Amino acid sequence: MELFKSTNFDFLRWKWPFIGASLVLSVAGIVSILLHGGLRYGIDFKGGAVMTVKFAYPPPIDKIRSAMAQKIKGDVSVQNFTDPASVNQVAIGTELEEERLLNVNRQAMADVLNATFGQPQSGKLDFNNSSRAQLADRLRDPLARTGVPMSDQQLQKLVSDILSFRDTPPRSGLITDFNQLAGVPGVTSSVINVLKQECYLAPFHIGDVAMVGPKVGAELRTRAILATLYALAGMLAYIAFRFEWIYGLGAVIACFHDTIITVGLFSIFNKDIDMTVIAALLTLVGYSMNDTIVIFDRIREDLKFMRRDPLETVMNRAVNQTLSRTVMTSGLTFLTVIALFIWGGPVLHGFSFALVCGIIVGTYSSVFVASPIVLFWHNYADTRKKRTGPAPAVAPARAATVRKSPTRAAK
Amino acid sequence: MQKNITARSVIILVAILVCVFGIIGFPKSAAELKQNWENNIRLGLDLKGGSRLVLQVQVQDAVKGEADIVINRLKDDLKKENITWTSIDRNDPQRVEDADSIQITVKGVPATQTSAFRSLINERYGDWVLTTVNSTDYAMRMKPSDLVNLKRDTVERTVQTIGNRIDQLGLAEKSVQQYGNAGDQYQVLVQLPGVDDPAHVKELIGTAAVLEIGEVKDGPFQSREAAIAAHGGVLPLNTKVLKMLPRGGGEGEQWYIVNRSPIISGRDMRNARAGQDEYRKWETDFSLSQDGGKRFGNFTGAHVGDRLSVVLDQNIVSVATIQSKIEDSGRITNLGSAEEADDLAKYLRSGSLPAGVVYLEERSVGASLGADSIHQGFAAGIAGLIAVVAVMLFYYKRSGINAVLALILNAIILLAAVSYFHAALTLPGIAGIILTIGMAVDSNVLIFERIREELRAGKSVVSAVDTGFDKAFLTIVDTHVTTIVSCAFLFLFGEGPVRGFAVTLVIGLLANVFTAVFVSRTIFSYELSGHRRMETLSI
Repeated sequence: MELFKSTNFDFLRWKWPFIGASLVLSVAGIVSILLHGGLRYGIDFKGGAVMTVKFAYPPPIDKIRSAMAQKIKGDVSVQNFTDPASVNQVAIGTELEEERLLNVNRQAMADVLNATFGQPQSGKLDFNNSSRAQLADRLRDPLARTGVPMSDQQLQKLVSDILSFRDTPPRSGLITDFNQLAGVPGVTSSVINVLKQECYLAPFHIGDVAMVGPKVGAELRTRAILATLYALAGMLAYIAFRFEWIYGLGAVIACFHDTIITVGLFSIFNKDIDMTVIAALLTLVGYSMNDTIVIFDRIREDLKFMRRDPLETVMNRAVNQTLSRTVMTSGLTFLTVIALFIWGGPVLHGFSFALVCGIIVGTYSSVFVASPIVLFWHNYADTRKKRTGPAPAVAPARAATVRKSPTRAAK
Repeated sequence: MQKNITARSVIILVAILVCVFGIIGFPKSAAELKQNWENNIRLGLDLKGGSRLVLQVQVQDAVKGEADIVINRLKDDLKKENITWTSIDRNDPQRVEDADSIQITVKGVPATQTSAFRSLINERYGDWVLTTVNSTDYAMRMKPSDLVNLKRDTVERTVQTIGNRIDQLGLAEKSVQQYGNAGDQYQVLVQLPGVDDPAHVKELIGTAAVLEIGEVKDGPFQSREAAIAAHGGVLPLNTKVLKMLPRGGGEGEQWYIVNRSPIISGRDMRNARAGQDEYRKWETDFSLSQDGGKRFGNFTGAHVGDRLSVVLDQNIVSVATIQSKIEDSGRITNLGSAEEADDLAKYLRSGSLPAGVVYLEERSVGASLGADSIHQGFAAGIAGLIAVVAVMLFYYKRSGINAVLALILNAIILLAAVSYFHAALTLPGIAGIILTIGMAVDSNVLIFERIREELRAGKSVVSAVDTGFDKAFLTIVDTHVTTIVSCAFLFLFGEGPVRGFAVTLVIGLLANVFTAVFVSRTIFSYELSGHRRMETLSI
């Protein structure tokens, strides 16, 4: 089946409405950023400590927040994960004034969780939050006392198996009943009894901890910005080399526009920007360039055959010719990105959100931002030429401006 | 045409075999397959679980320690030469940035002894620059090149010491390395896959269970039993019996009863050097941290005449009698030879961190979260792949199979590259793979659409296919180059997982050029060569 056999839409006639929409979106984004007092940086760029904690039941956000706020200085944020794939998980964030507090804060957060939800007085080991070494040390003597003969190596293997079982999905670090361990090789009923005696099951599990000192945060921020700027510059150079400089400029402005709108959307939807989001932004810059190049390539090819036609007609023709490819590719890439967004999990959430927005914006910007810029410039250049003097009779102004005709493309 | 296809097919087949081998080897059983897979495709910290720590070496500590040793020496030398002085002090740079400002001030050298003082400094303290403050006071600053060397050495030793300490954990893969701009930043990166207790690791790094200086209660004894027997069969409270490393003299074993709690441990030790005392006998100078110095001063002041032991790895390397109160720098004298002094210095140094460390960054991913992430990454990947394959087959019919084969080959090449480069697969890396699926399809789409166009323009099947590939080729190159440029910058400026993403995307794109242009073309050629004249193409 073919969706777009021989279309002939006049795309560029709609450039103004789309440019208008772009401007509105950009402004909305910028306003949102200003209203929020800047971009929402994730811990990568802001510095601080974030602990991901999984609960056995829907986590009581307010209780956690007030318990933390009592013991830890500075802003404490507790957020539920919006991602459908992670249930009952929260991200607890605290601020870090300076690096020396890194260790202190981490311990403090763990202590508060323990005090609020665990059983610190019971003298037992918190099974859901213990490490291999801790569990092995705890179980060694009691197991020996119950007459379960075990060499140290066997003990280590048993502990390792038990904890691997605990950590695999769907338990993902939390078990609610020791009897769940019955299926693990080597776990007999006497082992379970010892476990019940020596350990308790806290209703939470600390999944991961990220602490970033403010120095590192600031450094990463600088690098992210530099990376983006250099990438854009690199592409400008490449396209200016392969086409004309105005095409390069048009493409870069379109990419810039995509980035601004996407970042604005992050601000509007209150999402954090961290290093993976920057990775997504750079990818989408590359992707948007792709799109633009495909159209420019076609324009260049068509210009050779359609010298007499106005640039706008040639551009329209080129867009129509590549329409099928554009829809297919964008559609397919979009499908994979949506898959990432829905099933990719909380870690990639920001990343996939950026890509989802970015692909939509990137696709339309190639047609409605990049091409019009080139069009405007050429029309302007033509008008100037007409004003400054009679155009040379031989070659129409347009052909003269397309300097770099590819020598290899047409065989 | 026939030979062309055969040659190309062979190339493709060889490529596939090499890749598959890289991923799973030649397994003889399902278990071996799994094992090979796990060995070859290394998971990054965020998928396997583990810790990543960035610390900054406080080089100013090392610089101060060196100054302390020099001050001690200087005092002895001046005494020897009968040069009097009122005070010798150093300043106290607190931050890494201030380390270069280290300065020793010597006050009160009588004007008559100026030349003697100057020649002493010139002769024995060549790496310090002497400036005159006034007729009796002088300032000494370290030569810049020596400062740079000292700082660099400090970072290197820290890296080594941390590496040694972490070795005790018995981790299969760990890495400790210098990080950042070593000239300026003095950072160390520690990556510990599979560690589930980062607090324990940080303790281990921060202290040395390795070096201890403690009080000797009794000894030497011939054997452990003799030592215990000498105390009525029961060890005194809070002590342990340790053996002394034999010192090449064949004196037989020597055991001592040592206090269990050491006064000084490795983290208090800053530096140690072999040297010679006023009688040209060998000794080892050592310097301690401020804290350690206080404790040591208290202890030695109260125990003049008693002995202390230097214990490394629960073995005594030296027993010395306390001559006088020692604070933060002291000497272990009366050693047998240069070698002994050197060895002792080495022991003291290896068990010690030359400077304090401050943690700049810590990321620990629990194995549980890592497993979740893998799960989610794969789910998304499979979903995306199914969607793409379905659409390609539906829209391009049999030529769609072409594209699907190319996609699968793409994935195999990608995984093989990850395996051969020993790159670690991170969650963004998996995202990169998923993205590659979407983008790889673009090349095929470009080619197919072009072929369709040529067919519509009335060209013959063979000609249409040829033209389609040719015309699309340049565009494919253009689009891939721009994304690769983008990834290159991401690689340069990013770190950790983000780099993993850049790498997988680039490899995916490069593989894609190969599969979309070379492999797809070969498959088409094969199809076309079969029939005499294909009237239509299923596309």
